[in-house]
Amino acid sequence: MSKLKPEVTEKDHAQGKQNAPITIVEYGDYQCPYCGDAYPIVKEIEETFGDQINFVFRNFPLQEAHPFAFPAAIAAEAAALQGKFWEMHDALYENQYRLDEDLFDELAETIGLDIEKFQADSTKVEVKQKVEDDFQSGVRSGVNGTPSFYVNGNKFDGAATDLYQMLKESTE
Amino acid sequence: MLEKGTKAPDFELNATPDQKIKLTDFLGKNVILAFYPADWSPVCSDQMALYNEMLKYFSKHDAQIFGISVDSVWCHLAFEKDRNLHFPLLADFEPKGAVSKAYGVYDEGVGESKRALFVIDKEGEIAWSYLSPTAVNPGADGILDALEALDKK
Repeated sequence: MSKLKPEVTEKDHAQGKQNAPITIVEYGDYQCPYCGDAYPIVKEIEETFGDQINFVFRNFPLQEAHPFAFPAAIAAEAAALQGKFWEMHDALYENQYRLDEDLFDELAETIGLDIEKFQADSTKVEVKQKVEDDFQSGVRSGVNGTPSFYVNGNKFDGAATDLYQMLKESTE
Repeated sequence: MLEKGTKAPDFELNATPDQKIKLTDFLGKNVILAFYPADWSPVCSDQMALYNEMLKYFSKHDAQIFGISVDSVWCHLAFEKDRNLHFPLLADFEPKGAVSKAYGVYDEGVGESKRALFVIDKEGEIAWSYLSPTAVNPGADGILDALEALDKK
């Protein structure tokens, strides 16, 4: 079974309690329709299982298949520098149906970012490097498509709905 | 299927209607062969899309990747164009599946290649091979592990 490499660190974007018993890592692509489908289900998982879940998102943009996937990942990482990674992450999935190059500034404004800083951060080498490091970690962890989920460090072979079902059964 | 330490059988297959790829022309370079059942089928498409994103990682290890299936060159061309693929797909078309058979990864029942990966070293010897369940996309971590091991030799 494929293992998450490297493990979750403080560099990751996490939502939930750090010492939660279940850590879920998603490798996702903002333009991937399957990731878009998984987004509300992941939200439901977080709501249903609350404090038991720590949810981590890592970037896995398939640039050749999805032209806006990489710039979208950059937008989320740039928003993170203003403490608003999750706001941008959510806004990108909620507006996936109209993803294009003009959307990023619009969403940045909607979630209340300093636009000038956001635009400057979007061109930073470190921001690009973060996305590429995530991608490389995904490859080493055996990501074979998006979304790919890891539960407590082990690859979960299934979609978000299967994950929900598995969690429901294991916590009953 | 052929295992580590075996000499990789040579072949010459069409990548396009007028371009042939001969394995022994790539001596001195690492070669990755990704046999897969068919163009267009969902799992293969994900797998080829992933390798497409991996090309710069492969080239860091001085490796060239080829996809191989029994589809014809015209089918491969349309598939490459549709998926924006930047590496050659070889047609194991006539005689059908001959190369897949030579590598021991032909599924006689369905008449397609199995989903199998080979990493061939610069001397033309198989350094790593892996047979994946047909329905499972094997990802790329095994390939990278094998290439890293070769770099250390």
